[in-house]
Amino acid sequence: MKRSSPAQISPDFRRTRVVDQTGIEERAARFTKRSIKQSSKLQALYQVLNMIDLTTLEGKDTDQKVRQLCYKARHPHDELSGIPTVAAICVYPNFVRVAKKSLEGSGIKVASVATAFPSGQSTRAIKLADTRLAVSEGADEVDMVISRGKFHAGEYAFVFDEIAAIKEACGKARLKVILETGELGSFDKVRRASDIAMHAGADFIKTSTGKIQPAATMPVTLVMLEAIRDFYYQTGKQVGMKPAGGISKSKLALHYLVMLRETLGQDWMSNEWFRFGASSLANDVLMQIRKEKTGQYQSAAYFSVD
Amino acid sequence: MPSKTNSTRLSVLKTYKLYIGGQFPRTESGRYYVVNDGSGNPLANACLSSRKDLRDAVSAARVAFGGWSGRTAYNRGQILYRMAEVLESRQPEMTRELQQSGSSTAQAKKEITACIETLIHYAGWCDKYQQLFSTVNPVASSHYNFSVPEPMGVVGIVSSSENALLGLVQVMCAAIAGGNTCVILANTESPLASISFAEVLATSDLPGGVVNILTGKVPELLPWMAGHMDVNAILCDPSTAIARAGLEQTATSNLKRVITLKKEDILSPYRILDLQEIKTTWHPIENIAPSGAAY
Repeated sequence: MKRSSPAQISPDFRRTRVVDQTGIEERAARFTKRSIKQSSKLQALYQVLNMIDLTTLEGKDTDQKVRQLCYKARHPHDELSGIPTVAAICVYPNFVRVAKKSLEGSGIKVASVATAFPSGQSTRAIKLADTRLAVSEGADEVDMVISRGKFHAGEYAFVFDEIAAIKEACGKARLKVILETGELGSFDKVRRASDIAMHAGADFIKTSTGKIQPAATMPVTLVMLEAIRDFYYQTGKQVGMKPAGGISKSKLALHYLVMLRETLGQDWMSNEWFRFGASSLANDVLMQIRKEKTGQYQSAAYFSVD
Repeated sequence: MPSKTNSTRLSVLKTYKLYIGGQFPRTESGRYYVVNDGSGNPLANACLSSRKDLRDAVSAARVAFGGWSGRTAYNRGQILYRMAEVLESRQPEMTRELQQSGSSTAQAKKEITACIETLIHYAGWCDKYQQLFSTVNPVASSHYNFSVPEPMGVVGIVSSSENALLGLVQVMCAAIAGGNTCVILANTESPLASISFAEVLATSDLPGGVVNILTGKVPELLPWMAGHMDVNAILCDPSTAIARAGLEQTATSNLKRVITLKKEDILSPYRILDLQEIKTTWHPIENIAPSGAAY
C-alpha cells in the first residue's frame, strides 16, 4: 500500500482539514456496540495487556517504586500461565536507568517523559537537555509534550520546529508527541496539532499527559486515528497512536481496539503501533482474564497494587 | 390493577426497577417478568436481573464499603434511625403495597410496624455491639492484647421470606448495623415491596451503594454470588430453601461464610457478630526502667 511521492514540504497548518464534530461523536459511540465474547474477548484482553505502557509519573516516585512497577511489567499475574507482558513502562527521566536495569532481557521497553513534562513551559535548551538525559540514560522511547501556549497563539512553526528538534535529539529512540487534547479545546485543533506532530517527525501521537481532565476520550482518539490514516495515504509513513489517561476499564479498552481495527486496520494492531498509557488498566484486564478463565467474578484484593 | 368501573381501559402496569449504588437502573439484560397480586392478576412488572446486574451491584457495594465502615458507629445508628422515621411516614403507601401482594390489612400493618421496630432495634445496637464482643486478653508478656470486631465487607443476602419486607429488613439490618455493605436478592414472587422500600432507603441519608436490591430468580443469581471473589459472606433468611452444600462449595473460592439465620434469634446482636471478623492487636507496654516507669 506504499504511496509514491511523499510530501516534501510541510503543508500550511492553518488550512488543516476541519472535523465534523457530530459525525465523529456518533461514529465513536458506534464502536461501543460491538459484542466481543469468550475466546475473542480473551484474545483481545491479551492484546490490550500487551499494548499497555505501565505508567508512574508521580512526584512521590522512588527507585523502589519503579523497580516494583518493572516487576509487575515482567510478571503481571504469575498465577495464570501464558499471560503476555506489558509493552513498556513509562517513567520520569531520572528513573530510566533503574527501569532499564530492572527490565534487562525482558524485551519490555522503557519510555521516558521529557521536555518539561507535563506543562512544557520551559526553554528549548532545557527541553532538549531533558530529552538528551532520557536518551543517554537508555530510554527506548521519549514522550514529549507540545507547547500548547504557542499552539494557541498560532505559532505553528514554533511548535513544528520544536518537535523536529526533539526528534533529532532522540536519535534512535522513538518519539511520542503528547498533544494534551484536554487543553486544545476543539477537534479542529486536535486535528491540526496531530498534523503538525506527524509532519515534524513524530513516531507516535499521544492524547494526554494524564494530568489534565479530560484526558483520552474515544472521539478525540478517533480524530487522531483519522489524521494518522490521512497522513499515511499522503506520505506512506505509518504513525502510532497512544491514548493515555482515563482508560481504566477493560471494556473501554476493548472499544478502543475495535475503533483502531475499523479505522486503521490490522497493520496497526500491535504494540509497535498502538499503546494504552495507563496505570490501573492492567489490573482490570488481569481481573477480566481471570474471570474468563475461572468463570468467577474477581476481587481487586487478589491482585498486586503495583 | 384492572379497573372495575371502566372495563375498556387498559391498566398501565408500573415496571419496578433495581436499586444499585443509590440509583434506580433497569436491568442490563432487558428482561422483565410479571408480578401477580394475591388472586393471580397482573400487578406490575419487575426486572429479571442478570449476573451483570449482580456484578454491578457488588462493585457499588465495594465502593461504598470504605465510607460506610469508616463512619462512626454512632452516625450509622443515626442513619438507621432515620430509615425508621422515613418508613414510618410512608406507612400507608407501604401497607397498600403489601396488601396488593396478598396480605390482609391487619397483616400488612403488623409487618410494617415490625419493620420499623427492627430498624430502631438495630439503630440502637450500632454503637453497642463493639463493647459486648470486644475482649482484653491475658497474655504472658508485656503487651496489651485486645480483640475487636470489624465488618467483613460486602455481604450477599438472600431474602425469600414469606413476609417479604420484614425478612429483608431483618437480614439487611444485621449486615449494615455492623458496617458491612450488602447486595440483596429479593423474594421472586413478591419483590415490589422490596423495591418500594429502596425508595425509603434512597431518601433516608443512607449513602448510595450500602444497600443494593436486585429482583429476579434467586437460583439463577446465587451461584454467581457464591463464586464472586469480592463477596465476603452470604446470609440467608430462615425460610430460604436452597441447596446449602453446593453453595458452600462454590463459596470456598474466597472462604466466604454462608450463614442461615434462625427465626427465633433473628434480633440477637449475635447476628451482627456473624458478619464480623475479629481483629486482635498486640500493643507493647514499654517497661524499660527498673522502677517500672514507662519512660
